[in-house]
Amino acid sequence: MQPQDEIVPRNVTVAPLMWQGVRAALPIVLGYLPLGFAYGVLAREAGFNLVETVLMSVLLYAGSGQFIAVSMFSSGVAAAAIIFTVFLVNLRHLLFSASLVPYLRRSRPGALALLAAEITDETFAVAINHYRDHEAQLPYHFALNLAAHSSWVLASLLGALAGNFMGDPARFGFNFALPAMFIILLVMQLKDKKTLIVATFAALFSVVIALLWPGSWNIILATIIAATLGVILEPWTGKF
Amino acid sequence: MDRQILIIILSTAVVTYLPRMLPLVILSRMRLPEVFLRWLGYVPAAVLAALLAPGLLLPEGKISLTGNPYLLAAVPTWIVALKTRSMALTILTGMVAMILCQH
Repeated sequence: MQPQDEIVPRNVTVAPLMWQGVRAALPIVLGYLPLGFAYGVLAREAGFNLVETVLMSVLLYAGSGQFIAVSMFSSGVAAAAIIFTVFLVNLRHLLFSASLVPYLRRSRPGALALLAAEITDETFAVAINHYRDHEAQLPYHFALNLAAHSSWVLASLLGALAGNFMGDPARFGFNFALPAMFIILLVMQLKDKKTLIVATFAALFSVVIALLWPGSWNIILATIIAATLGVILEPWTGKF
Repeated sequence: MDRQILIIILSTAVVTYLPRMLPLVILSRMRLPEVFLRWLGYVPAAVLAALLAPGLLLPEGKISLTGNPYLLAAVPTWIVALKTRSMALTILTGMVAMILCQH
């Protein structure tokens, strides 16, 4: 995790850059604390022990993916279906990772492989916004990522510890933390009418497939159908 | 540690890490087909909508349009998301709205 000298100008010291990254993570930390806590509570409800709950936050580190994994696990879905759903849900990171290439291409592959492990919707959004008017700096980016990830792990741990004696998490509104996160992320994704149309298709297909075919394939199928329709319909929707 | 849970944790971590890492590490040399990139561009919104809609409309696995706390709580949450674009405020609103809608 040593900062990469090749993209740090000689006259810039590392500490202020890292501090800048930690400060930039603050709004993310505020969002992650209740969400990570809710995940911790729900994971314990689903039958994960303390170590498993925290290990998933360390290794998987993907809010929606973790909620989906534990809720599918608690409803008895097969491991293969859980893994494939989490894969599809997290496939969006391809796009974030690809969008960072122009800014970070001068860094060493090893450093990038490490940096990539902590790409999330939020750390990506903050970093790409920062790079619009700042030169990309790995110390900044690593500090941003580590601060966000630490808060997620810590919040999961606290939630997992509290889960034992909190009773029903719904009593505290935690059952709406995930839908609320999806709402804000979706609102931030709806940048044009084409995307709005695709999202509407996905919502519709997801509900219809879920009604016709109980299980969790509705998310995968609806996403593939809606994104494909989005590309096919571009000659028409492109006019919007 | 439960073997099944351990398999789920490790496998989901790997299948999540690869799409995070591969483009950043190799894309400077290789390029994805343009149509695939456009397709990928729709995936985030589509996934989120596909996840959200059944959670709000089918909380018990059946269509529920009246007296459904998930649908009710979504209204103020959506408004706060649109107005503030703040993750923390949106989640807080959602959780408070859910507490109020359930009681």
